[in-house]
Amino acid sequence: MTNILAILKKQMKDTFKNKEILIQFILFPVIAIIMENAINIEGMPERFFVTLFATMYIGMAPLTSMAAIIAEEKEKNTLRVLMLSNVKPAEYLMGTGSYIWLICMLGAVVFAVTGKYEGKAFWVFLAIMAVGILASLLIGAMVGTFSRNQMMATSITVPVMMVFAFLPMLSMFNETIAKVAKFTYSQQISLLISQVENLKLESMNVVVIAFNVIVAAVLFGYAYKRSGLA
Amino acid sequence: MNRLKHIVTLKNIRQSFGTKEVLKGIDLKVYSGEIFGLLGPSGAGKTTLIKIVTGQLKPTGGEAEFLGKNTTKLSSADYKRMGMMLDNLGLYERLSCYDNLQLFAEICGMSRKRIEEVLRGVGLWESRRIAVSGLSKGMRGRLAFARAILSEPQMLFLDEPTSGLDPATAEGIHQLILEEKEKGTTIFLTTHNMFEAQKLCDHVALLHEGSIVEYGEPGEICRRHNHENRLQIRLTNGERMELMNGEASARQVMELLQKGEIETIHSTEPNMEMVFMELTGRRLI
Repeated sequence: MTNILAILKKQMKDTFKNKEILIQFILFPVIAIIMENAINIEGMPERFFVTLFATMYIGMAPLTSMAAIIAEEKEKNTLRVLMLSNVKPAEYLMGTGSYIWLICMLGAVVFAVTGKYEGKAFWVFLAIMAVGILASLLIGAMVGTFSRNQMMATSITVPVMMVFAFLPMLSMFNETIAKVAKFTYSQQISLLISQVENLKLESMNVVVIAFNVIVAAVLFGYAYKRSGLA
Repeated sequence: MNRLKHIVTLKNIRQSFGTKEVLKGIDLKVYSGEIFGLLGPSGAGKTTLIKIVTGQLKPTGGEAEFLGKNTTKLSSADYKRMGMMLDNLGLYERLSCYDNLQLFAEICGMSRKRIEEVLRGVGLWESRRIAVSGLSKGMRGRLAFARAILSEPQMLFLDEPTSGLDPATAEGIHQLILEEKEKGTTIFLTTHNMFEAQKLCDHVALLHEGSIVEYGEPGEICRRHNHENRLQIRLTNGERMELMNGEASARQVMELLQKGEIETIHSTEPNMEMVFMELTGRRLI
């Protein structure tokens, strides 16, 4: 626990000085606030921009930041120093992951406030976001572990992130894309967010999200075995 | 502190990467409290060997022991006895000197007082709030050294600690290394700098293409390879002369000394660089 807290603390200090990562956490909540308050087209679904950007946020911020942080630590040898100081890979991942999860949950609160969710809906929204952020974190950890350096992490992250962040949006405009997108956790999260106030959890939602998480966990295990953390 | 005669023992260590054999049966012992130097040119296998000794790499063959324990089975307690300064320093660039050390102090359970102590020790206390990205190469080296000694380790592994540093900064690091030795810390040092090895090390091993080609005390190795055994004399009139190191020459030298005609006098004893060249046919760097 001491090591996890030490890494979490280090990550907090580091991220506040790392604009590239910091912007990932701030960008979408800020855009959502602006769009939700500035644009009001007749016939537009309620909380359209909150749903849209919250889904993108889930597919982008935790995934890219987790991958970037791990890849940077690998490239700069800091992760090896940590491991040689007897920090276990699981402790490192939990310290870094819990930090990103907490920061992303702050972003989720901003979305919830912007969407004016109240009472039970507020907490349901946060719970859905929490699950989505966790799934993205796992995928980000897999990409970061697999990558040897930041360049490699970026080139893997961009297509992966585009699939998970943009498929839900694109599926609004194209039925074929929607048929494919429903097998991604981000689309299921998007569907759940859009019905927060009258949530009916279907088996399809749970199965797809669980399947995505299991695949990410297996791929992470493979990446870890192949490349290791340090 | 637990004091063993041998703190590190390597028995027939072999390491291959694919078809390339990097280490070819290394046998070595590092004594408690000494500075041991592993010398070799880049690519000789020094970093690979340090990775095996510190348990970062499982050797393809042979057995490596740290404090009598196989390095593939090192525990948390064993890692607490090690301090490491890697060739690539592995510092957090955006964090300050203090924050870099604070992270490891928390991990190792060291106090804030200890952070202050080591930062003062390496002369970085005044710069403690400066981010690593704003430090000079020498200061980064000192910070990495501070981190390595933070947990008061029983053994320090220093991988090319003065590589790329100017002589004055390297001298500062040498002083820090000697201070640690004074405290009883065993030091495993890799370097391709022969002067560093001759100055600091109690024992050195010369590594060439994955094999140890020479081992011993630096002075003893140089004496062993002093095949010419001659004296080189430069006289005050600029003339140079070489004499055999023997009784007949002694009389001649005495005469020259009495006349005050000798400006400099040296033996033909080689330095480590020359020994390495003799043994391998190539330079250390």
